[in-house]
Amino acid sequence: MKNIPISAMIGLFFTALYFLAAIFAPLLAPYGMAEVVGDVWEPSSSEFLLGTDNIGRDLLSRMIYGGRTTIFIATAATVLSFTLGSVLGFFAAVAGGWVDQLLSRFVDLVMSIPTLIFALVVLSVMPVTVPVLIVVMGLLDATRVYRLARAVAVDIEVMDYVEAARLRGEKTAWIIFREILPNALSPLIAEMGLRFIFMVLFVSTLSFLGLGIQPPEADWGGIVKENKDGIVYGIPAALAPAFAIATLAISVNLVADWVLNRTTSLKGGRG
Amino acid sequence: MSEPLLKVRGLKIGATVYPPNEKPHDIDIVHGVDFDVQKGKVLGLIGESGAGKSTIGLASMAYGRGGVKITGGEVWVNGRDIMQSGIGDIRKLRGGEVTYVSQSAAASFNPAKKIIDQVVEAAVEQKKFSRKEAEERARVLFEKLGLPDPQNIGDRFPHQVSGGQLQRCMTALALCPEPDLVVFDEPTTALDVTTQIDVLMAIKEAIRETGVAALYITHDLAVVAQVSDDIMVLRHGNMVEYGSVDQIINNPQEEYTQALVSVRSIEHEEKQPSGDPVLSVRNITARYKGTQFDVLHNVNVDLYPGQTLAVVGESGSGKSTLARVITGLLPPREGEIEFAGRTLSPDLAGRSQEDLRELQMIYQMADVAMNPRQTVGTIIGRPLEFYFDMKGEEKRKRIIELLDEIELGEEFIDRYPAELSGGQKQRVCIARSLAAKPKMIICDEVTSALDPLVADGILKLLLELQKIEDVAFLFITHDLATVRAISDSIAVMYQGKVQRYGGKNQVLSPPFDDYTDLLLSSVPEMRLGWLEEVISNRKMESAGN
Amino acid sequence: MPLIIKLLAQRIALGLILLFLVSGLIFAGTMILPGDVAQSILGQSATPEALENLRAELGLNDPPLQRYIQWLGGAMTGDLGTALTSGADITESIGKRLSNTLFLAFWAAIIAVPLAIFLGLLAVRFKDRWPDKAISAVTLASISIPEFLIGYVLMYLIAVKLRWFPSVAMINDSMSLGDKLSAIALPVTVLTLVVLAHMMRMTRAAILNVMQSAYIETAELKGLNGFQVIFRHAFPNAIAPIVNVVMLNLAYLVVGVVVIEVVFVYPGMGQYLVDHVSKRDVPVVQACGLIFAAVYIGLNMVADVVAILSNPRLRHPK
Repeated sequence: MKNIPISAMIGLFFTALYFLAAIFAPLLAPYGMAEVVGDVWEPSSSEFLLGTDNIGRDLLSRMIYGGRTTIFIATAATVLSFTLGSVLGFFAAVAGGWVDQLLSRFVDLVMSIPTLIFALVVLSVMPVTVPVLIVVMGLLDATRVYRLARAVAVDIEVMDYVEAARLRGEKTAWIIFREILPNALSPLIAEMGLRFIFMVLFVSTLSFLGLGIQPPEADWGGIVKENKDGIVYGIPAALAPAFAIATLAISVNLVADWVLNRTTSLKGGRG
Repeated sequence: MSEPLLKVRGLKIGATVYPPNEKPHDIDIVHGVDFDVQKGKVLGLIGESGAGKSTIGLASMAYGRGGVKITGGEVWVNGRDIMQSGIGDIRKLRGGEVTYVSQSAAASFNPAKKIIDQVVEAAVEQKKFSRKEAEERARVLFEKLGLPDPQNIGDRFPHQVSGGQLQRCMTALALCPEPDLVVFDEPTTALDVTTQIDVLMAIKEAIRETGVAALYITHDLAVVAQVSDDIMVLRHGNMVEYGSVDQIINNPQEEYTQALVSVRSIEHEEKQPSGDPVLSVRNITARYKGTQFDVLHNVNVDLYPGQTLAVVGESGSGKSTLARVITGLLPPREGEIEFAGRTLSPDLAGRSQEDLRELQMIYQMADVAMNPRQTVGTIIGRPLEFYFDMKGEEKRKRIIELLDEIELGEEFIDRYPAELSGGQKQRVCIARSLAAKPKMIICDEVTSALDPLVADGILKLLLELQKIEDVAFLFITHDLATVRAISDSIAVMYQGKVQRYGGKNQVLSPPFDDYTDLLLSSVPEMRLGWLEEVISNRKMESAGN
Repeated sequence: MPLIIKLLAQRIALGLILLFLVSGLIFAGTMILPGDVAQSILGQSATPEALENLRAELGLNDPPLQRYIQWLGGAMTGDLGTALTSGADITESIGKRLSNTLFLAFWAAIIAVPLAIFLGLLAVRFKDRWPDKAISAVTLASISIPEFLIGYVLMYLIAVKLRWFPSVAMINDSMSLGDKLSAIALPVTVLTLVVLAHMMRMTRAAILNVMQSAYIETAELKGLNGFQVIFRHAFPNAIAPIVNVVMLNLAYLVVGVVVIEVVFVYPGMGQYLVDHVSKRDVPVVQACGLIFAAVYIGLNMVADVVAILSNPRLRHPK
């Protein structure tokens, strides 16, 4: 732990905090998620630390439960996009030839449509449920992971040590798992952090547009949508998720930056 | 003696380094050197990588690359201490009084601008000449430097001329503003040997005719001996020896200088072919996928057990392609490879484990030939495990034996490649190939990326190992000194064909064909007057023009 | 010249092929998904007759390929069909909204592009000093906050607390340009902030990349001053990467517009699209999706075309 810079420590601390809050949400939240406990848009008090929302639910409780939903969906979609994207990306890089061409051109095609627009098109005919959201987000984002994984693997592929392994007669599995993967891991892990942030922003945006998590379930984007009318009356309830999303995203970013820097300094450039 | 043009006293240069997982800190690169350059004289700065020679050269223009800064001492140019000058005066100095020729003209020319615009820029900017005069002067220089079509070559873009020509354009760029001093920083190192000699001659002539003084930086003592008046030998940022060319070459005082002078003087007696060849390359013709041209035309060579065949040629001669064909990475269009009495499958997938084990390869860049995430023990141990099923203590014992053979100790077993020096890395690669107990090893430019003394060590080691392990080497190189040092037979390659092939003494003895003559005569020799002698005796234009 | 023309023709042809394939993908995305579109539009409680009527109306009983060809043929001649929910002609509805959206995006781009390039240059000029560090901190913050939240934070501070600009951006034809600009001041600010950080960071990286080239060192060793080095030697080589950065971010802006229009209740394409996604009005969604994708593909194509045109190796072949 001794060589972790202070910024990464802060990042790690807050990231862990948010994940723990998500896991233990029912224990931490003072009230039920959908429980109406007070008046509409009550200001913060000792009873309701963050005040109440547009129909009198405790905002802190909704934020904690909302964080749980947001983080769960983002994590699941990240895992999906990562597994799929990196496996296909490595496979394309090592296989080469028409397999690579076919996969890469298809990914180019999907990426030529803005992700949000494509998601909206698909969600216009699909039922909006949590599994559907995870699958749509995960699949669309897998294209980006695919590109990165393929690029990293292709870079390593042409290294003499990979050629040396081929000349030795090693099997494809050895080459992928022993020669390429250990060298590709750090940039991929850093990218995973960025993909996770993107997923948090993405699901929040969808919910805000009314096309993500459906009420009465809470998530951070949905909380903004529910409370946005208060803004005009000077009630800042809708800004609470802003703070939550921003701190989570910055924390994960700090960790990802640190992982990435560690990688580049390991490659070491010169001297 | 009059006041020198460039006077350097107690020059100290430092830099901030950012090692991984450590705090950034300052290190010293040059620890205080003194030298003078008189008007119209050439001082050669020589040393291995890390000697600080380029840094010193740039310091004479008050310039530090990256985080490099001058931390102490005095640099006097034309009687002014430029360390005390303001930025305005320094800008007048750069490009006006002192100019610079870099190692890679290809990178140093702006790809988006015409050559002539870049050549005259400094002269016009420093108000030395009008634009018209400067262009006129540039054309004269183009002609002096032996560039084709000197009137119009300047209208081309950098990518439209060859590497050797561009290096001469860079020299014109440096000479155009009529400077007092030119810093030549390894100006011929990136060129092929037959091109190098032309550029070297052009530079020498230009220096003589313009009467400019120069700092000539290189790692090759034989090259610097041709152009300099004085030589300073540097090592790890310290001066080792400083004297006239004649004294340094013919009567070196310091042990290190003596080693540099006598480098590549390994003696190796040619062995006569005996028994059946371990490798027979039969009528090989090959081209790369998706191209229309054969890179190899009907190549035939043999290599006998326990001997060394050197395949020598310049870039583009097809020598590395031959290695790819033999290893099975590039199946040939025609011909076949016989190895240890059997015909090898043309592609890698069709070869048996035995084929793969008995034919090993060592690469030019040891850096990228080893997985940076594996320890030396893993790297050397893998072939043992893979081919011989060795495990545990038995494997470890064998790894230590191999480390011992390459003159590294047991303590290296847990180190990572990043913790090794260039020479040590190449030794580990050698051990990895020996671990397979091969009949033959392909060595692809294995010493080219190394400093001369380190390279010598590797060559000696390879010769030693050949005796112990009775392994044959196919040695691919562009360097004829290396060929002389190690080979039993030689194949000279030119434009994809074997130009000359036979035993070492036969290939290196006259009568020569024109290309072999050009190639052999282009290798710089460590004696004065060699350059002029060669140029006057040439039969053929160099390949790079 | 032939090679460069060939490359340009190839790139433009590729753009058109891509657009064609994307239209297929968008169509497939809405038509050949599991489940019945009519069912999901009308919900579980729909009567079989109603479902059948809707299917006939949507042409769902025809084979998919035939429907696609009809739809694409219509789209190419400017007929995007009629909206399911209102029966209005889609081309007509989109026309006005598209010009509103472009108006918004145009002003955001006018402010963001020069500002981003200027700040990017500033960051390069003061590399590793406080202006650079400040810029990278702001970048980190702004890529960590979704667009709609920046929108609400600004709305809360500027429109509600300070009352400088209106909190919703309603515009119509009778307004003067000044009124319109005042109305869209907030959304333009937000959009600018959204793309600024990315553009700045990428401009900085692009210029730094050029500045590390050996020919920059050559220029410095000719005694040129910083200004001359940047404008004579760095700039000609930085054009292509900078144009690339700008185009990528304008493409990004197109997507940002969708969300910002919803936040500020702005009568543009984004608002229109989102409304009709909720209503499951498939023809409108397809039409909007196609237009957004076309703009996106077009901008990326422009970036590549500029890169080809500015490459000296292609402009002056051997």
